[in-house]
Amino acid sequence: MIRIAKKDDMPKWKSFLIRIASVMAGILLSGLLITALGYNPISTFGALISGAFGSKVALINTVLIAVPLMITALGLAIAFRMKFWNIGGEGQIIMGCVFATFVSHNMPESTPGIVLILLMGVAGFLGGAIWALIPGFFRVFSRTNETLFTLMLNYIALCIVQYLHYVLWRDPAAKGFPKIKAIQAGAHLPTLFGVHIGWIIAIVLAILIFILIRKTKLGYEIRVVGESAPTANYAGINVKRVMLTGVALSGGIVGLAGMIKLCGNVFTLSPEITGNAGFTAIIIAWLSNLSAPVIAVVSVLIAALEQGSQAIQIKLQIPAAVASIIQGLILMSALGGEFFLKYQVLWTRRPRKSVSNLAEPDDSGSSDGASAAGQEGSL
Amino acid sequence: MKGICKTFGSVTANDQIDFEVRKGEIHALLGENGSGKSTLMNILSGIYQPDSGSITVDGKGRVFHSPKDSISVGIGMVYQHFMLAEPLSAGENITAGSKGFFLNRKKDNTEIRAFSEKYGMDIDPEKLTHQLSVSEKQTVEILKVLKRGAGILVLDEPTAVLTPQEILKLFRVLRKMRDDGCSIVFISHKLNEVMDLCDRVTVLRKGRLIETCNISDVTSYDLVEKMVGHKIDLSIDRPYPDPEKKVCLEVRNLFLKNDQGYLKLKDMSFTLNHGEILGIAGLAGSGQKELCETIAGIIPFEKGDVLVDGTSISGKTPRAIIQMGVSLGFIPEDRLGMGLVASMDIADNVLLKDYAFEPGFLLKTDKARIKAQKIVDELEIQTPGIFHPVRKLSGGNIQKVILGREINMNPKLLITAYAVRGLDINSSYTIYGLLNEQKKKGVGILYIGEDLDVLLELCDRIMVMCAGEVTGIVDARNTTKEEIGRLMSGAGLENTEGGL
Repeated sequence: MIRIAKKDDMPKWKSFLIRIASVMAGILLSGLLITALGYNPISTFGALISGAFGSKVALINTVLIAVPLMITALGLAIAFRMKFWNIGGEGQIIMGCVFATFVSHNMPESTPGIVLILLMGVAGFLGGAIWALIPGFFRVFSRTNETLFTLMLNYIALCIVQYLHYVLWRDPAAKGFPKIKAIQAGAHLPTLFGVHIGWIIAIVLAILIFILIRKTKLGYEIRVVGESAPTANYAGINVKRVMLTGVALSGGIVGLAGMIKLCGNVFTLSPEITGNAGFTAIIIAWLSNLSAPVIAVVSVLIAALEQGSQAIQIKLQIPAAVASIIQGLILMSALGGEFFLKYQVLWTRRPRKSVSNLAEPDDSGSSDGASAAGQEGSL
Repeated sequence: MKGICKTFGSVTANDQIDFEVRKGEIHALLGENGSGKSTLMNILSGIYQPDSGSITVDGKGRVFHSPKDSISVGIGMVYQHFMLAEPLSAGENITAGSKGFFLNRKKDNTEIRAFSEKYGMDIDPEKLTHQLSVSEKQTVEILKVLKRGAGILVLDEPTAVLTPQEILKLFRVLRKMRDDGCSIVFISHKLNEVMDLCDRVTVLRKGRLIETCNISDVTSYDLVEKMVGHKIDLSIDRPYPDPEKKVCLEVRNLFLKNDQGYLKLKDMSFTLNHGEILGIAGLAGSGQKELCETIAGIIPFEKGDVLVDGTSISGKTPRAIIQMGVSLGFIPEDRLGMGLVASMDIADNVLLKDYAFEPGFLLKTDKARIKAQKIVDELEIQTPGIFHPVRKLSGGNIQKVILGREINMNPKLLITAYAVRGLDINSSYTIYGLLNEQKKKGVGILYIGEDLDVLLELCDRIMVMCAGEVTGIVDARNTTKEEIGRLMSGAGLENTEGGL
């Protein structure tokens, strides 16, 4: 009989080992799949790694994917710390881009680049913040479920950008091709070491958010509110204000991620601008335990996985679907590993037959009992 | 139950426990919090599976995979928290979960009436659950398990929610059931009840079986010694209050409505002097929690006034109250849910009440760390250090952290809600000592308690609440349990309030 019980906290090195082992398990699983499909797993993974880090171009591409993922995950993590389940990253990225594009389209061409970029940054932040504050207000003042609300706002944002794309902002100069006019050339982010400076902004943001959460009063309040709103109330913290501030910050940073992607390497607003970053970033934030420095590392790894799987499609003619499955298997194993950090699986011998006359052959109840036991274990 | 073992992670909750209940006896299961009582009973009810050991019912070995298995051999649990479907009637709750597809309410209700008369309970099966009193709800719970044919009844602290009069009634019912051949397991930590009601007693300590013996062979002092592991002085110190009575807290005509618009506090008025402990007695849910939170400024109230040393703090948030220079310590009922942040360390929790008053945007932790270390040293908190998360501390130490933080503010007024709930006997006495120390310093203390014996020994005066109203304020040195029990059930209302 298998039982599941809650585990005590383990030393850091041990949890680190479990995490590494679970990623390894994912690699092993996908290796089996690759072999079964008739490819050589070792050369496939070799191509995956060299495709992500092997050349300057590969490295640049990986960083280009990593930057928006990292900034989005940093933003989402702030909301998650308050137990505000912001899964509206997609919508907030889009609205950040919409606001930033609006600024670019309406500023005279003569505006100096630095002014334009700063204004677009502010607009991007505002766009994301507003899109997060809408569900934020409803959550705080009428206790609506923010999970559904933020999710639904993703689709509304997508519809807005589609309308802009096909109708309102359609560029007449594009010869009938539905396309929004690109942002001004002056708004392009400058580059450093071959990549736009978004990567520096991302690192600076990671440090700032780390300081915000750990070393400031607001960060302390965010942590207290997330752990227990009644305690925050008891201590005289204005829970509604902290919640709204945190949500605005979260959405704003996600909006900023969109603006950076727009001004860094896309330059044109389109319905595909998010590249699913709003959802992938949720996984990154949780895999990193909401810690800003870890988010920085994990974002690069996830980006490498994505970039590497594109490389194996080209190099080894592995179909895109298989590359997606490899990504999925590795991610799933990494998330599955989290289970073993919190729970342990115990094997117990089946009770003797003579006394188990009451036991039904398929004991659906035992799993309930075991999970109850798991909860009890922490007390 | 033989040789029961159960571990949770590295904690051994039950270690080789043998437990035997005979037919037709009331058997007490005694032990402090964390001694393994609940684990053992959860194994008996099929919620947990033991790591090893066996269960025998009526001579047959049994393995319980789920509560269903346990119920089917006639084991019935009555939990402390009632599990009734609110919208249904009492009768429907009793028959819920029984076999068959169709309901026959008439037949069911006649059966229930006959059943309850047999044991001297009175219950109207047609009444809706939310109209039932707490004691009636308990009766419904008991009838529910009896109707399912339970021969072994497990009652988890059944008296915690009852008035002294209701307890006597419950005991009569239980004795009748015993004489009828039922076996009853009675879990409690109130010794006098165990001595009064039970035939045999099993004492657990730290997951181990200490002894099973006949009640007639032991005294309550023996039982305490077995529970705690050493001899203990059960009397509580009670210094006389300062005769120069200066009013510390005054509450005038306080009204409070909850979210649904029901009145939770009705026209409450009382005063508390410096250097005095005012106890508050009342059944669970009579408005004690609301009263504390209202005074502490956590929930806004309808009308009335709250004054500390003559200054009104009505309508002020907890932070505004501190800014006014009124220092008020509050130890809420739910320590980890409200007073502390469970996953944060001791230092960060000490910071909770202070951080906002340091200037600047950044968090200043140095002072809080020194303070935390001082609290740990002074109150002898058992912890590896001040950076240890509070949720990993034991109940007594958690209580010391919050009490230490509140005392450290040098409060004029200290509000404590169920300060010793869940604590073992030793920790409870430490807390009483700390409260008395504050009392001698001239702090006015509001002590909300559930154990009448403790209230009678610790407090100077006792205010009794019933359904959000004050039913009487009595001198704790010259009153009896019966008097308080009468007030708890609302008997004082006619006299004091002019027939509300």
